[in-house]
Amino acid sequence: MDLADSPEDAEFRARLREWLGKVLPTLPPKPSPDDWPGRRAYDLGWQRTLYDAGYADVHWQASPGVRLIFLEETEKAGAPYVGAGFVGLLHAGPTIAAEGTAEQRARWLPPILRGEEVWCQGFSEPDAGSDLAALRTRAWRDGDDYVVSGSKIWTSHAEVADWCELLVRTDPAAPKHQGITWLAMPMDAPGITVRPLRTLAGSAEFAEVFLDEVRVPVTHRVGEENDGWRVTMVTLSFERGTAFVGEVVACRRVLGELAVEARRNGRWDDPVLRRRLGALNAEFRALWRLTQWNVSEAEAKGGLPGVGGSVFKLRYSQARQELYDTAADVLGDESLDTDRPWVHDRLSSLSYTIAAGTSQIQRNIVAERILGLPKGR
Amino acid sequence: MRFRLTEDQRALRDGVRGLLARRFDRAALRAAVDRPGRLDRALWRELGAAGFFALRLPEADGGVGLGLPETVLAFEEAGRALLPGPLVATHLAAGRVPGAAEGETVVAAVDAGGLVEWLTEADVVCGEVGGAVPLRSVDPLTPLHRVPGASAAADPVAVLLTAAEQLGTATRACELAVQHARAREQFGQPIGAFQAVKHLCAELLVRVEVARAAVYAAAVTADPVDIAAARLLADEAAVGGARDCLQVHGGMGFTWEADVHLLLKRAWLRTRRAGGGTESEELLAADLLSGGGR
Repeated sequence: MDLADSPEDAEFRARLREWLGKVLPTLPPKPSPDDWPGRRAYDLGWQRTLYDAGYADVHWQASPGVRLIFLEETEKAGAPYVGAGFVGLLHAGPTIAAEGTAEQRARWLPPILRGEEVWCQGFSEPDAGSDLAALRTRAWRDGDDYVVSGSKIWTSHAEVADWCELLVRTDPAAPKHQGITWLAMPMDAPGITVRPLRTLAGSAEFAEVFLDEVRVPVTHRVGEENDGWRVTMVTLSFERGTAFVGEVVACRRVLGELAVEARRNGRWDDPVLRRRLGALNAEFRALWRLTQWNVSEAEAKGGLPGVGGSVFKLRYSQARQELYDTAADVLGDESLDTDRPWVHDRLSSLSYTIAAGTSQIQRNIVAERILGLPKGR
Repeated sequence: MRFRLTEDQRALRDGVRGLLARRFDRAALRAAVDRPGRLDRALWRELGAAGFFALRLPEADGGVGLGLPETVLAFEEAGRALLPGPLVATHLAAGRVPGAAEGETVVAAVDAGGLVEWLTEADVVCGEVGGAVPLRSVDPLTPLHRVPGASAAADPVAVLLTAAEQLGTATRACELAVQHARAREQFGQPIGAFQAVKHLCAELLVRVEVARAAVYAAAVTADPVDIAAARLLADEAAVGGARDCLQVHGGMGFTWEADVHLLLKRAWLRTRRAGGGTESEELLAADLLSGGGR
């Protein structure tokens, strides 16, 4: 067991740290959360900056260990989050890289890396919920096109996306997990309507997408027709694998800030609150160690993230909610003022036990695929 | 960074696991429950011969010359087997008390909070035990005395090895629960097919895995704050795990015949060692103000 950087990793870390120190002070101010075009431009601009410095493909090419260092150092330095690029960089890109043809990789991957195109995820549907395979959006062949009708929901960044990784049902007679196909749909195609949804935090983070006979060329299909469920599992393993790594680093920073604030406003003297902050320190230290453990295991097994991601996501999503509930205790009455820091984070943390597979679904995955318990009701 | 077991560490863990499976299986555990307060001296000497107490003692002094990570793996296996005896005290005495390293001498110690485990069976006791009062110990496999007025700072290594034992016990609780959930049938199917049971088992594993990462990392860094964190998570995994394991076993879990209560009682006992969780939480809180959150 070893927690120290290898000489190559240490060199990568030092080089990255030095570069971040130079480039971050030159960045433009962050746009407001409701300014979607501004956010798109800002996030893509950061991706372009990474591209020019040779860091754009760190999520795809580098070893998991190097990826961990990248996420750790960028978060510590306060660099921009992947933002509007997250579906392209973390889900669609790796999926196309693993399952796409040479032409598809050449068409879609470079614009993602250069920060030119934004992707969104068209997986969830209003009536399917956590039962992803229950999707009903239909697609049928018409010459060289698929014609798609149906609707998607909880689609992050749909308003500013150029492409959508879309799951459609191409064989309605097939069993539930078969007859599904993975398509790359251009978001400017006729027949697409995007309706923003307001979250409980008050902002428009995601949208409903209505599809009315949208034509998608057959050449935009990734993987075989009716083989989309398998392709989707590849996408989801990336989603649950290391997608939250940078956030753990951020939570540790917030925890330190909470302690300072508690001492400033006198609540540090409450031993119950103080010990709760201490217990959260243990929690996030352990989550960081679990990340390092999972990454080391993944590296030993050839780099693919495993079901250990479900274990991590279960605990992390809960810990994040506890962190911001504790922040509310530190703030006292001020926790009811949405202009105060951490209050919006508390609201948005409520999505963590739901998004990317609810905690209930993750527990089924852990119980069935790791512990080998029988499938059932 | 290669934060996973090396081949040598795997071999060491498997070796200790094999020894304990041969010498302290379930029948031996139940036999020990039936004659409380007595330590198996032959087993103690076998542990000594295998190097269990001398793992961190330099080779020049007749030890094995390994480090904290290896010791943690060995103590995890002891916790998994629910091995009784003053394991931590004897290990810490190796190289200082003659015969401790070899398992010839059983060493007990007054804990930071004033409790002494295995006082009457010990050949040597570290600390002042005048006026020690026997308790009717909640754990049938750990005799306890209390020394009035005794209190000292906790030894971080004692805290870490206790956490390693808790981790092992948590692992055993998870294994027992899953085994039972697969085998026990109700309403015409294994109870593990029901989500309510499935989710209890999943949470058992999540706590074990989080605790494992924390305990192993603390063994690598030997940092007192990391050790405090490991302790809290291992306590939670062991106590919460034994409780959930009992729940999965239903009425059977509430009987003396089932092993589950032995796991829970030992886990409870260990949460009181070395200042308990409160001291660890305060240490972790103080660390936040010194910039440790980052």
